[in-house]
Amino acid sequence: MTGKKELQVSAIENGTVIDRIPSNKLFTVISILGLDDPSLTMTCGTNLNSNAIGKKAIIKLWDKYLADEEINKLALVSKDIKINIIKNYEVVEKKIVSLPESINGIVRCVNPKCVTNCEGVPTRFNVVSKEPIAIQCCYCEKIFAEKQIEII
Amino acid sequence: MKGNSLISIEDLTRDDILEILDRAAEFEKNPNQDLLKGKVAGVLFFEPSTRTRLSFETAINRLGGRVVGFADAKITSATKGETLKDTIKMVDNYVDFIVMRHHIEGAARYASEIAKHPVINAGDGANQHPSQTMLDLYSIKKTQGTLENLNIVMVGDLKYGRTVHSLLQAMRHFSPTFHFVAPNFLKMPDQYKRYLEVAGIPYYEHSELTTDVINEADILYMTRVQKERFSDPLEYERVKDVYILKNSMLANSKETMKVLHPLPRVNEISTDVDENPKAYYFEQAHNGLFAREAIIAKVLGL
Repeated sequence: MTGKKELQVSAIENGTVIDRIPSNKLFTVISILGLDDPSLTMTCGTNLNSNAIGKKAIIKLWDKYLADEEINKLALVSKDIKINIIKNYEVVEKKIVSLPESINGIVRCVNPKCVTNCEGVPTRFNVVSKEPIAIQCCYCEKIFAEKQIEII
Repeated sequence: MKGNSLISIEDLTRDDILEILDRAAEFEKNPNQDLLKGKVAGVLFFEPSTRTRLSFETAINRLGGRVVGFADAKITSATKGETLKDTIKMVDNYVDFIVMRHHIEGAARYASEIAKHPVINAGDGANQHPSQTMLDLYSIKKTQGTLENLNIVMVGDLKYGRTVHSLLQAMRHFSPTFHFVAPNFLKMPDQYKRYLEVAGIPYYEHSELTTDVINEADILYMTRVQKERFSDPLEYERVKDVYILKNSMLANSKETMKVLHPLPRVNEISTDVDENPKAYYFEQAHNGLFAREAIIAKVLGL
């Protein structure tokens, strides 16, 4: 197509594009989604200009599609993140991230006296409010606001 | 009730609470019933306690059950580095239900996920202590004739005191009005104030224990400023005497008002209050036996 700006991260034929990641959160997203998998073909870029969020990172996954519950984990990173599903170089579906009802294993409980920090128990949180975000530890029952949330 | 364990007061519905209180009243009339004949309880106290442990063990004995366990983690394999998971799995093999206290928050919930048998939380750090809450509710209902529409004044350490948090959560079913009396840095945490706001329950905060507040009360719930919660002993010394209840302060309080305290008391209630018929804390501790018998019956479906 003529007149189209050259892409800084080249297009993929089939797969998933994770766009509008805050540029300092690229590796958090890779970690949350377990993308450091040697069998996976992935290209990414960071510190790219974005009209919407200033500087952004982007991940393009070849021949890989993510379940909605995987995608929704990204709501903890940023609600600006957008997911595009690509087939034959065309966007066939766009998805937005939305916070799930419960969050398993990806957030640390910041209460040092919680059993998840003392006995190596995997963390589990219930989302008690989506706007503003508040999550409750299923073990120590403490409630944390968005700014207190620490991703493992 | 969620599952067949009692870990948090939040696991209980309004109906569950009322059912346990009715059952406790039956146990008060007849505390010795052979419901646990042939059953063994594992009573695991990883942290010291007198009242709660003796009250649970008495409840189990009066129901005809037997008790194994320990009163101090120092005499267990935990000192050799055994994980909580392994200790619970091992004990779960031997017993029909587990009563446990642990200093780690969430330990009882975790144990209930590991054990095949019911677990009753007898206190997990600063988090929950549901059997204390049930005996508090039983004491309130018994003395006031109802749980509905009461003025409840909570005094002392409202930040770290788990009994006040659990009582607040349980009372949300019964349209109370709360007054919180605490020094600034031991105030009721925002988490619980938001909880009341969401539930539409009014609360008022005070920094002094005045007779005006006392005279409004149906229940005056005193708490100890717990030394073990402070990292700085000087700070403890500074606040421990701030909220002391004296008998003279009760002169114009409601006739039916009762003073409750989860005990142990240090000096926050003068001993001259003990003779006042409004002092109810020793009977309150006695009620713990019936409340715990009722909780055991509930988790075992007896």
